[in-house]
Amino acid sequence: MSFRYTLAGRLLRDPLAVLGLSIIVLLVLSALFADHLSPHAYAELNIANRFASPSLEHWLGTDNLGRDTLSRVLQGGRIALLVGILSVVIAGGIGLLLGTLAGFGPRWLDNTILFLFDTMRAYPTIILALALATLMPRGLSTVIIVVVLTSFSEYGRVARTQTQSLREHEFIAAERALGASSIRIILRHILPNILGPFFILVAINLPVVITIEAGMSFLGVGVPPGTPSWGSTLKDGFDHIRTTPWLILGGGIPLILVTIGFTFLGEALRDVLDPKLRGER
Amino acid sequence: MKAVLQVQNLSVDFETQRGRLQALRDVSFSIDAGEIVGVVGESGCGKSTLIASLMRLLADNAILRSGSALLQDKDLLQISQRDMQALRGRDISVVFQDPMTALNPVISIGQQMIDIQHREQISKAEKRKRVINILEKVGIPDPASRLNAYPHEFSGGMRQRVCIAMALMMRPKLLIADEPTTALDATLEVQVLRLLQELQSEIGCSILFISHHLGVIAELCSKVIVMYAGEVVEYGPVSQIFRSPSHPYTRKLLECDPGRIKERSHVLPSIPGELPDLTQPPPGCIFRLRCDLATEKCLKQIPEAQAVSTDHWAKCHYAESAQ
Repeated sequence: MSFRYTLAGRLLRDPLAVLGLSIIVLLVLSALFADHLSPHAYAELNIANRFASPSLEHWLGTDNLGRDTLSRVLQGGRIALLVGILSVVIAGGIGLLLGTLAGFGPRWLDNTILFLFDTMRAYPTIILALALATLMPRGLSTVIIVVVLTSFSEYGRVARTQTQSLREHEFIAAERALGASSIRIILRHILPNILGPFFILVAINLPVVITIEAGMSFLGVGVPPGTPSWGSTLKDGFDHIRTTPWLILGGGIPLILVTIGFTFLGEALRDVLDPKLRGER
Repeated sequence: MKAVLQVQNLSVDFETQRGRLQALRDVSFSIDAGEIVGVVGESGCGKSTLIASLMRLLADNAILRSGSALLQDKDLLQISQRDMQALRGRDISVVFQDPMTALNPVISIGQQMIDIQHREQISKAEKRKRVINILEKVGIPDPASRLNAYPHEFSGGMRQRVCIAMALMMRPKLLIADEPTTALDATLEVQVLRLLQELQSEIGCSILFISHHLGVIAELCSKVIVMYAGEVVEYGPVSQIFRSPSHPYTRKLLECDPGRIKERSHVLPSIPGELPDLTQPPPGCIFRLRCDLATEKCLKQIPEAQAVSTDHWAKCHYAESAQ
């Protein structure tokens, strides 16, 4: 379809979007092929070679157990992307559903859902993470549940406000007057109109989610010990920051890159997806 | 001729913080097949509430107090929501005031128009053909190539044509036109009116044409409903109402029409006073407080519809003598 072509074409004309996309593509590729790219097995211990400086053998040195940092960072990309994408999809789906229902439905439903959103937003992410971590077994699923619980209300709020402003538009009344049902109006007319702002939010939120995972692992309530998450690499680096700064760099730089990549992409998407801006650039 | 729409004693209230607002009171009129009936009245007189009641798209705080609206034996006010939904777009359809906001901005024109035929059991190619056909009729040049265009790629006049095409595609029996030319400039207004006239005679539908532009009503309609503060104060053929209005409000309204003002003046004529508070309608005639002819009788007794001639009546004690 020519529309899709122009969308992609316009996205690729923005240098920042290209930069963001390249970073994301590189990350995704390195995560997918982590097993082949890693010079060593990520769990391979070598106690004799602890805290080794970067060398040809270990590009980013080794950690306190003599494990190859580069291999662990590459593997960490998998966890980061898995947690990020899964929790954004789940939280986004819940938020979209509840948000459109709240925006389109009767007032009592709106108030109920809004109360839920407010309640969930009242919990600071890390506090909720610490609380839940004591109740649930440590693991990826706990991390995902925490992220979903703390972030779905944000998607929900965006979906709700967008729906509310849309339902006042004349074209919704016009569709009704031409015989469309409520479900049809939501699916065919509300959803396509709110997906633009929604995707922008998703793109900008993905690095936040990845940072939450890293943060939880850093605090020791995230993935189980031994799992090569960026957060645990950072934690190891933090413990030995005076002697081995490369561990901090190994865990930190990918986080920075992810954030930059998705933020650039999100901003470029905002410019392209807004139909009012179409054709102006 | 058989009436397509027959509205009787329609009364609608709105539940508000200040009490019950009586937005429509005892509205009755009928529209014959193939007839264009105009509705005039100042802002807040209940025109929009009337449309919303007929389409069953009233706000949640609206209460239907009484009345019926028969669209060929079916009472629009009583049938189930599901049945009503089946009627909308097919038997009864609306063109809205502002073409700039009446189309979904993120879906192409062609897609939207194919989409509204979702109830038809025909192939997509046939739906497409229908769309092209009706777009051609409303005067969109080369419609086949415009199907992939988005609403913002059309001008205001073109968008209103698209809206009209959408409303008329299923050949409804009744089209409600809610000030369809108010948002357009004067030249476009004439074009759109001509278009409506042509399509109306071709499709043979009836039109309920809402406007506060008296010239447009005179041009297009055969009958007029004059509304004031939620009531129909006068009803009759266009020629009679414009030549010899029987209700004092109609007369004042006509005096204020810029097209009829003969003398140069620095101050445009207006009707002194303001709309009564409809949460507590004043006793007697609703127009009494702004009327020059008001007497004791107008305070004590609510005027009934007085027949002036066939198909022409006015709710005024002095309707006949005012002639």
